[in-house]
Amino acid sequence: MATEEHASGGLQIHPMDQFIVKPLFGGDHIAWYTPTNVTLWMAIAVLAMTALLVLGTSRRAIIPSRSQSVAELFYGFIHNMVEEVTGHEGAKFFPYVMTLFMFVFLSNILGLIPMSFTTTSHIAVTATLALLVFLTVTIVGFVRKGPAFLAMFWVSAAPLALRPVLALIELISYFVRPLSHSIRLGGNLMAGHAVIKVFAGFAGVMGVASVVPIAAIAAIYGLELLVAAVQAYVFTILTCVYLRDAVGEAHH
Amino acid sequence: MEGDIAEMGKFIGAGLATMGLGGAGIGVGHIAGNFLAGALRNPSAAPGQMANLFVGIAFAEALGIFSFLIALLLMFAV
Repeated sequence: MATEEHASGGLQIHPMDQFIVKPLFGGDHIAWYTPTNVTLWMAIAVLAMTALLVLGTSRRAIIPSRSQSVAELFYGFIHNMVEEVTGHEGAKFFPYVMTLFMFVFLSNILGLIPMSFTTTSHIAVTATLALLVFLTVTIVGFVRKGPAFLAMFWVSAAPLALRPVLALIELISYFVRPLSHSIRLGGNLMAGHAVIKVFAGFAGVMGVASVVPIAAIAAIYGLELLVAAVQAYVFTILTCVYLRDAVGEAHH
Repeated sequence: MEGDIAEMGKFIGAGLATMGLGGAGIGVGHIAGNFLAGALRNPSAAPGQMANLFVGIAFAEALGIFSFLIALLLMFAV
């Protein structure tokens, strides 16, 4: 299957090689406890989050410093979003949503540093986050509403004859949520980074004309910065939308 | 020889699956265009609808993502 891995042929840079998980301290075998580059970059993301949110706001100055302003900006942004989308009841889940947003956002942004590793481009990572959201929503929904949580599948606004069909569709879409939730983030990040590497491969073989792909890389990099922020935002706002089903008043 | 044809079918299938992304493109463009049309008519109401815009885009995109998933499955799982 070697042809599959390096289907790009003559390129000197293989676009998918950046996603290979390697052990940090040599060797080939990866067990569950092996520190890999994924572990390293996740740890860096958590440290960056701690540095920004805990150390940045530790002085609690009335006139905020630069780091405190940034931390307050994120805090206010996410707090508004949670209150707006999930309602007053959902404000309890603010710490969870804030952690999710900061982790995904910082992982995306740190992944854009050249030679770094994008943890969120792996569907294994995003699927874990999405499954946690799915389990949280399901468990909280049943704990808070009991069997009435199932009423969200029974669309009472629709004509009676249509309701069983709609219930089936709603049920399928409910269970597909973690899938689309995770692949949206992972796929977007993976595709963007692969595109950058494909253009880098062009730059390697085009000689003087490589100015064109290098300019294209700069442009795509700008786009990727936007994608990194927007995908973190979308991941978080969808979490809020799903949480609304579990804690909010019935909409159907 | 038989294995080669199966391989070829996998690649052709993965390529065909990418066409689903066109549908996602149409959907996302439709949402963004309609949002812009509405926002230009009533700019003061636009900021409050940003969340709905992104949720709508995300849902439209999800169906394109499934075709991407099928391409991935064909390439690496089948």
